[in-house]
Amino acid sequence: MGFLDTFFNMQVIANYLPDLIDAVWVTLGLAVATIISGVLGGALMSCLRVAGVRWVNFFIIVFADVMRALPPLVLILILFFGMPSLGINLSGWMVIYIVLTAVLIAFSEEVFWGGLTAVTAGQWEAGRATGLSKAQTLFYIAFPQAARMVIPPLINRVLATTKLTALGSVIGVKEILSVSSSAQSFSGSATPLTMAAIAYLVIFIPAVIVSHRIERHYHYAT
Amino acid sequence: MTQGRTMLEITALEKRFDQTAVLRAIDLKVREAELVFVIGPSGSGKSTMLRCCNRLEEPTSGAIMIDGQRITDIPRRDLDRMRLKVGMVFQGFHLYPHMSVLKNVVLAQTKALKRPKAEAEARALEMLDQVGLKHKAEAMPNELSGGQQQRVAIARALALDPKVMLFDEPTSALDPELVGSVLKVMKDLRAKGMTMLVVSHEMAFAREAADRVVFMDGGYIVEQGTPEEVFGNPKSDRLKSFLARVSNPNEDAA
Ligand SMILES: Nc1ncnc2c1ncn2[C@@H]1O[C@H](COP(=O)(O)OP(=O)(O)OP(=O)(O)O)[C@@H](O)[C@H]1O
Ligand SMILES: [Mg+2]
Repeated sequence: MGFLDTFFNMQVIANYLPDLIDAVWVTLGLAVATIISGVLGGALMSCLRVAGVRWVNFFIIVFADVMRALPPLVLILILFFGMPSLGINLSGWMVIYIVLTAVLIAFSEEVFWGGLTAVTAGQWEAGRATGLSKAQTLFYIAFPQAARMVIPPLINRVLATTKLTALGSVIGVKEILSVSSSAQSFSGSATPLTMAAIAYLVIFIPAVIVSHRIERHYHYAT
Repeated sequence: MTQGRTMLEITALEKRFDQTAVLRAIDLKVREAELVFVIGPSGSGKSTMLRCCNRLEEPTSGAIMIDGQRITDIPRRDLDRMRLKVGMVFQGFHLYPHMSVLKNVVLAQTKALKRPKAEAEARALEMLDQVGLKHKAEAMPNELSGGQQQRVAIARALALDPKVMLFDEPTSALDPELVGSVLKVMKDLRAKGMTMLVVSHEMAFAREAADRVVFMDGGYIVEQGTPEEVFGNPKSDRLKSFLARVSNPNEDAA
């Protein structure tokens, strides 16, 4: 068996390509849904924290710490295998979406919060002194500056979290890794795994390029 | 000296941070169109007094009247409207770095004063023109010199049509060659009849433009009078030694 035959077997590629393309869409869908709700949720939570209500902030900090500390796979297994006994049946897709969103909310809340604390007191005072409310100052002045500051770490975290969609393979979500690894065991060929790697690159390389663009676009010296 | 009505009146103002008294029994009147200059050593409470005038700092006790309104009685939720009447210029400019110069001047007009956008932009351009920076409307703050940034900050405050302008060391962060342009804007403003309370170390400017000079030390107003009185004939030893200190070490030329 040669190298090409092991990793790039044309017959195997032809057999499994349609399934894999479907799987790419599943992965993409999960990733996009997770990014949107995770980043929005994290942004909202960090803004909520600015209000400074003690019990709300306590809840946010506990949530963020727990979600960042637990391995996502543990949460996934708990939701997938534990919830049905409470009478709540979640599809594998839903479980992955919920867990990854929660994880991304937790991380991005911390990232945004870090940015918000780096906005100087002078910016807040300039806003308040011109008659803007605290919420307006947050919305128009502090948050936009914080968001620009945290774009690089935020993008890293977004990419890291969306790659975790591969955990769907553990609970039968038909995303890229699970489709290709079952194809691998059926065909006895490593080719489907090569296809999976290529599929991930096709998704993530453009994402990385776009992220560099965004970073450069919002870069400004203060 | 101007004989206008009283625009800003501070009565028995006290401010404590925890147990440290920073302002003790401050009384000060500023009449309409008057420029009152505040001098004093570091830590004497100048900034704190200014910041009490728009409740950026909460006074511990005492009263402050601005344009006939007792601003120390206003409940917290109504502070924003009061602050529209009190313009403030900071030592560090604090322009919003993510917005163009024009947007910096428009923001509070549309969001706090609720002016229509077109009207706010026209007003912003007018104010930028007044400070000599209309041509920089589309620039970002980091493309401007410190003196230009400070002038934009002044335009930002003026665009809200304040009754009083508070300046907290507006030129202290500037290179010496840029100070003049900011002082010129302040002089123009005075000529237009703005009421101004200015904390600054620009003694030459005070002699030239101030109606009155107030000397603060240790949270008290120790002495006040016309520039001639305060600089030419200081009465208290504290003022004498302060003036000696600021005029001697590295010639405070404006
Ligand atoms: N938020 C605060 N908490 C505690 N103490 C403060 C606070 N703000 C000011 N102070 C203290 O109040 C005193 C007066 O400060 P203030 O800034 O008003 O002085 P200043 O006359 O403006 O001095 P400078 O010329 O250095 O600006 C100082 O001793 C300062 O340490
Ligand atoms: Mg000060």
